Amino acid sequence: MASSLLSSLAPSAPLHLQDHVKQANMSLGTSKRISILSGKDFTNGKCFSRTSMTIAFNASRFNNITMAPPDPILGVSEAFRADSNEMKLNLGVGAYRTEKLQPYVLNVVKKAETLMLERGENKEYLPIEGLAAFNKVTAELLFGSDNTVIQQQRVATVQGLSGTGSLRLAAALIERYFPGSKVLISSPTWGNHKNIFNDARVPWSEYRYYNPKTVGLDFDGMLSDIKAASEGSFVLLHGCAHNPTGIDPTPEQWERIADVIQEKYHIPFFDVAYQGFASGSLDKDASSVRMFSARGMELLVAQSYSKNLGLYAERVGAINITCSSSDAATRVKSQLKRLARPMYSNPPIHGAKIVANIVGNPELFGEWKQEMEMMAGRIKSVRQKLFDSMCAKDDSGKDWSFILKQIGMFSFTGLNTAQSENMINKWHVYMTKDGRISLAGLSSAKCEYLADAIIDSCHNVI
Amino acid sequence: MHKGNIAPSSPADRRLTTLARHLESSTMDSANQSIDVSPTSGFSGGQNSVFHHVVQAPEDPILGVTVAYNKDPSPVKLNLGVGAYRTEEGKPLVLNVVRKAEQMLVNDSSRVKEYLPIVGLADFNKLSAKLILGSDSPAIRENRVTTVQCLSGTGSLRVGGEFLARHYHQRTMYIPVPTWGNHPKVFGLAGLSVKTYRYYDPATRGLDFQGLEEDLGSAPSGSIVLLHACAHNPTGVDPTTQQWEQIRKLMRSKALLPFFDSAYQGFASGNLDSDAQSVRMFVADGGECLVAQSYAKNLGLYGERVGALSIVCRTADVAGRVESQLKLVIRPMYSNPPIHGASIVGTILKDSSMFQEWTNELKAMADRIISMRHQLLDALHARDTPGDWSHIIKQIGMFTFTGLNSEQVAFMRKEYHIYMTSDGRISMAGLSTKTVPHLADAMHAAVTKMG
Repeated sequence: MASSLLSSLAPSAPLHLQDHVKQANMSLGTSKRISILSGKDFTNGKCFSRTSMTIAFNASRFNNITMAPPDPILGVSEAFRADSNEMKLNLGVGAYRTEKLQPYVLNVVKKAETLMLERGENKEYLPIEGLAAFNKVTAELLFGSDNTVIQQQRVATVQGLSGTGSLRLAAALIERYFPGSKVLISSPTWGNHKNIFNDARVPWSEYRYYNPKTVGLDFDGMLSDIKAASEGSFVLLHGCAHNPTGIDPTPEQWERIADVIQEKYHIPFFDVAYQGFASGSLDKDASSVRMFSARGMELLVAQSYSKNLGLYAERVGAINITCSSSDAATRVKSQLKRLARPMYSNPPIHGAKIVANIVGNPELFGEWKQEMEMMAGRIKSVRQKLFDSMCAKDDSGKDWSFILKQIGMFSFTGLNTAQSENMINKWHVYMTKDGRISLAGLSSAKCEYLADAIIDSCHNVI
Repeated sequence: MHKGNIAPSSPADRRLTTLARHLESSTMDSANQSIDVSPTSGFSGGQNSVFHHVVQAPEDPILGVTVAYNKDPSPVKLNLGVGAYRTEEGKPLVLNVVRKAEQMLVNDSSRVKEYLPIVGLADFNKLSAKLILGSDSPAIRENRVTTVQCLSGTGSLRVGGEFLARHYHQRTMYIPVPTWGNHPKVFGLAGLSVKTYRYYDPATRGLDFQGLEEDLGSAPSGSIVLLHACAHNPTGVDPTTQQWEQIRKLMRSKALLPFFDSAYQGFASGNLDSDAQSVRMFVADGGECLVAQSYAKNLGLYGERVGALSIVCRTADVAGRVESQLKLVIRPMYSNPPIHGASIVGTILKDSSMFQEWTNELKAMADRIISMRHQLLDALHARDTPGDWSHIIKQIGMFTFTGLNSEQVAFMRKEYHIYMTSDGRISMAGLSTKTVPHLADAMHAAVTKMG
């Protein structure tokens, strides 16, 4: 390995690379020099292996990597930030804004953080499954503390990285223990769902959900597609406030959905990201999950505190798996841990402590419920205002009542890609291209402007 | 009305096959087969769980030590398992500078909890890259580094591994023997195939440099090689500067891709820059590498899960494209990283007096560990414990690779309530002047009674 160092650099290589060569030659001393080869050899990207190379001046090992497109949802906020137009409106990501269109940190969260700092708590690693106090109150919040599944210790709860991380853990469990089983997802659904299952290598297919003609639920299509799937599939259901459509099944429809799932021995897999945000009531919004649970069905439930406690960036959530026995729950929990450890070892402590302090304290919990009602209330009132503005300005006779019927943070406007692009490019109203707008990002003051934008996009763009 | 979840043959067959596969790797007891149906549960009797084939996983070998320790009622128990710093009083430590930073954050009424970008907090990323690469690093000046905030060291390794499995032409990762127990699992699940290279020589209790060179020398060109930047875990045996230079030359000659795990910057020598030398040596030659950084130990932010993955590329253009692909790995895993720990780190790194305070507290922690090393060695000498124990003060970082075997470890747990990993690794950070004698007694007994 003695003598020469070789660097393949075309004489025409950029100057700074040639400088590197000069510098390297200087530091190597005179006994070892780097020589410059012909341009052809360099542009072929070949490695010159005849002599050893101690300085790597070949092309990047990552040269063939292409630029990935921006995330369709999170990329919207990036584009919004880059826009200097004063009329701009961000109705992209589902993050609650006040009437003044400011982000909102709940008072009860500030109280909890102050308490935590005063207590001088430590920052030791949580167990792999997360903070025990957090897991306890989280399962109780979801199922109700008097629920049999909790009293019989049949729920495996593992703290996860908000909704996304909890879904990913569940997907990893499905891949490992139910190989070949599919997840059925609604059409449409949250854009990141399919990415999660793709990366976890879990096959998925869609069931009909949204009917553009009625701007409502394609209930027969939904039941039919769930029935048609092979037995033992996982059915991904939005617990409340369906994202992106805002269209939820009625209680009677939920019962029929449960019937079909049971008939086919499917496994319900709930995504609960908006508990409290749909109706304003935490218990009411959990009724679909609780109804399935009351039937004795085993469930997967991914939960997030991003929206309802405004803890977005703290990444707090949980995966809950209810089993028919406490023994099964123990085993399932142990396997969830085995999947979390090589992903991030153990979950972040800060957000979990905030939740445990609020949900576990009757006074703070009561205060939370009030702030929750306030946030959900603002969204309902903005829906009303938008609806009123649409009706006042649009004389085409189009039925805008879906704005009032849809539930939660989002409204599925029915605008297509071109129309959504018109909203962005002409009106500086940022939204996702599937026609979804986040009402959480809308103020009463902006309702009329938004109405103008929607009417224009709807009628003047194909 | 209440229909069961009893699975008919086809899905059950699939699950039975899975069960058979997992029987090899997991323990199983007869309780797994029983179906626990309470008469009051409201089921129509005799239901199988769809999870009945899911077996109980064993406790994690490292984190499981703390689980076992917590269960032990003995008043003299000692936890030398997981690498978490303890004070002389045996208590967890939150650094003063961290408390200060947290207070500033809580007092700042303008702070919000909006989602971070997928790549995390921008300031944190820039400052983390500077911390490990040096603020004057040409790679940084030339914009050739992409840094993404990740969930501490584990998360950074996992994201890096997934990225390589998708985009790098060589999917073999070489890890040293021994290494942190979680490494093979992280990279295996990321989609890489894991092989080993010789590292520790039990005969000398030092580096098997020849074995290392042979194994890396015969690795296929382009393979990925995991390197512990400093304070090798679990052995505490680090290459010398000269040896690092030889490793660098060898790796570059075979186009092996370095992937550094830097979990102890500042903890090895007490000096942040010295502990980054191995990484900076590789970056200085203009080549590419990956670096996983953790703030769990050096800033005591364990449970906040703060770390960063940096990928040093040949050009700024490549770095930009690499970053965009890293986002595609992160988004379906957890969308974006947690804000709290990164905000604390950013606050400290950008303020020169807080940074200085940090380096002082860091040195104090490193010095206390070094003093524990000397005290333990002295205590073993005082007891005339047979064997050469000088490696206790030669090894670097938080851990000592004692050389005790698994029987001796089990003996020490049972008779002396001392908890450590079965490979004989002890965390010096868990020792105090008061507890050194107890450990020395235990080691002496283990060595003399069990050879």
